[in-house]
Amino acid sequence: MTTMNGAELIINLLERHNITTIAGIPGGANLPLYDALRSSTTIHHVLCRHEQGAGFIAQGIARSTGRPGVCFATSGPGATNILTAIADAYLDSVPMLCITGQVPKSLIGTDAFQEVDTYGMSIPITKHNFLIRSAEQIPDILQRAFTIATQGRPGPVVIDVPKDVQLQRITLEQIPVCTTPPTASSCSSDAVGTAAAMINAARKPILYLGGGVISSGAHGAVRRLIDKNGLPATMTLMGLGAIPSDHPGALGMLGMHAARSTNMALEECDLLIAAGVRFDDRATGKVSEFCPNADVIHMDIDPSEVHKLKRANVALVGDLAECLEQLLPLIEARHRTGWHQHITELKERYPLTIPEAMVPQKPYGLIRKVADLVGDDVIVTTDVGKHQMWTAQVYPFSRPRQFLTSGGLGTMGFGLPAAIGAALAHPDRLVICFTGDGSLQMNIQELATVVEQQLNIKIIVLNNTSLGLVRQQQGLFYNNNHFASDYTIDIDFATIARGFGMKSVDFKFSPLAGELLQDAIASPGPCLINVPIDKEEEVYPMVPPGAANNTMIGGYSNPVEPALASEE
Amino acid sequence: MKIKETTMENTTEGILIELTVNNHPGAMSHICGLFSRRGYNLEKILCFPLAGRGESEMWLLVKEEDKLDQVIKQLTKLEDVQALNYRRNSEAFFVKLEALVEHL
Repeated sequence: MTTMNGAELIINLLERHNITTIAGIPGGANLPLYDALRSSTTIHHVLCRHEQGAGFIAQGIARSTGRPGVCFATSGPGATNILTAIADAYLDSVPMLCITGQVPKSLIGTDAFQEVDTYGMSIPITKHNFLIRSAEQIPDILQRAFTIATQGRPGPVVIDVPKDVQLQRITLEQIPVCTTPPTASSCSSDAVGTAAAMINAARKPILYLGGGVISSGAHGAVRRLIDKNGLPATMTLMGLGAIPSDHPGALGMLGMHAARSTNMALEECDLLIAAGVRFDDRATGKVSEFCPNADVIHMDIDPSEVHKLKRANVALVGDLAECLEQLLPLIEARHRTGWHQHITELKERYPLTIPEAMVPQKPYGLIRKVADLVGDDVIVTTDVGKHQMWTAQVYPFSRPRQFLTSGGLGTMGFGLPAAIGAALAHPDRLVICFTGDGSLQMNIQELATVVEQQLNIKIIVLNNTSLGLVRQQQGLFYNNNHFASDYTIDIDFATIARGFGMKSVDFKFSPLAGELLQDAIASPGPCLINVPIDKEEEVYPMVPPGAANNTMIGGYSNPVEPALASEE
Repeated sequence: MKIKETTMENTTEGILIELTVNNHPGAMSHICGLFSRRGYNLEKILCFPLAGRGESEMWLLVKEEDKLDQVIKQLTKLEDVQALNYRRNSEAFFVKLEALVEHL
């Protein structure tokens, strides 16, 4: 027999689920939880400066390990602040538990101090959510929350806990055992047979790999499929790292900012093998014109993704790794020399970069220079904008969970706190955060958290004193009317970093030199590196929003023709 | 979860979706929220508790033939939905009820 209060029971159960880090901020309605957390010997609490930071730290842990991340926020503004990070986790299928304090049950619905309807607000952005009404419900709800967050297609779960439930005394015979969710099911063998026959018969197949490959740990099976059947493979933003970027079959990212050759090969392909993807518009362009000549095999664990945007000829619904294991023995060995040769010709004719762009003073060159200096062991996070697309285009990613970025929601402010989460979960690894001056300002307060935790994070600010990707769209589609996208003050980020107690290097007055960059990266602990980038450096090629992927603007093989296609 | 489809010999329009859902204060928000968020039209709704089971029966009348596959799949994904049946040409189920309401 043990007696404790609801808050102590929650902390106890989190410990039993092997949670070792919780990011959050205390407030009136979650103080019992914090009082219980104080006594935990196994959970390290990371005090953030804004709840959105806490949510993204939990995501950084989850995205870099595959295990659920946990964050705490108080009621009212604490809960509303953390919603963006929850929505972000929902769109990118990241397992996460957010436990919010709520006003006491007797005050719910009275517009009490710091009361908002956290439950109601989180319904459309969570996989599931709970409002705990009595301490007796806690063991069952915690178990279900972990199962829901991690099983099948992962996602965020919110648990709202009124303060009186946190304080309610409860006596338990024994604290229930925490169980691990069962593994996912395999897919129909008929469909597997049909899919295998289609792959064997295809002349110009392409694999289209998404975040599902990474969340299901199917990269090994994917690699064997590619090597056995000679398949070229493109990746979504969320799928980068599924296969190494230097694999001969790797086509890099597809869609809005793909290499021209990748979108062109997709245009020609006769079989699209979609694995753990959701046919997002940034990847497919105008979906009715995506891969016009191709039959489609769609593998996903979420049945609602199949036929949602593009009708599949064959659907394999189930765990991706399992489906691929079923598929592999039926696949014939192929080299597909002609198809690969054709793609190589496309790559040579329409290169993504040219040597002049690969100097460290330019975005592509800087990103590659950093990659050369830090080696393969690092974890890379980005914010959202030009720097994100440049990184996705040219960083040599080699393994799953190496690249953490906000895909579906596209949340500026993601990069820094996500880097904190990754660094907390991987104290042995260096974490690089590529960010922009716009994005960094969205969660700049977390510089304090980095310093407080003394994490080995190097923040590289690609500073173009503007909202670069917005500015680019205004240039291309809004008659060059750069309205509200240029910052009129030039912020001294190096000084700001020092104000937080962080080392910094500024390349504003001295040209970017390799040694100085190397020293900054090699020095232990956190460091901010500011690199001025020309405002006019754009992200090319670009498919206009709403256009088909065969409408690509710019790139080194094709100079920009202004207003080629209008937006939407 | 098993999804059952029944075809009715009837002339009225509409697809009747019969859900068995966990009976708690948030279940209705989850169902209605799904329809508004995903842009599905919900024509009619009827909800009543199943005695002694902690569950409710919820009847939804929709006219979303094109989106029906997605409506069904998305509803099935909701944690609170325990069972789902649907039948086409089923508006008649609501007709008597509406007559009753008119006399109130």
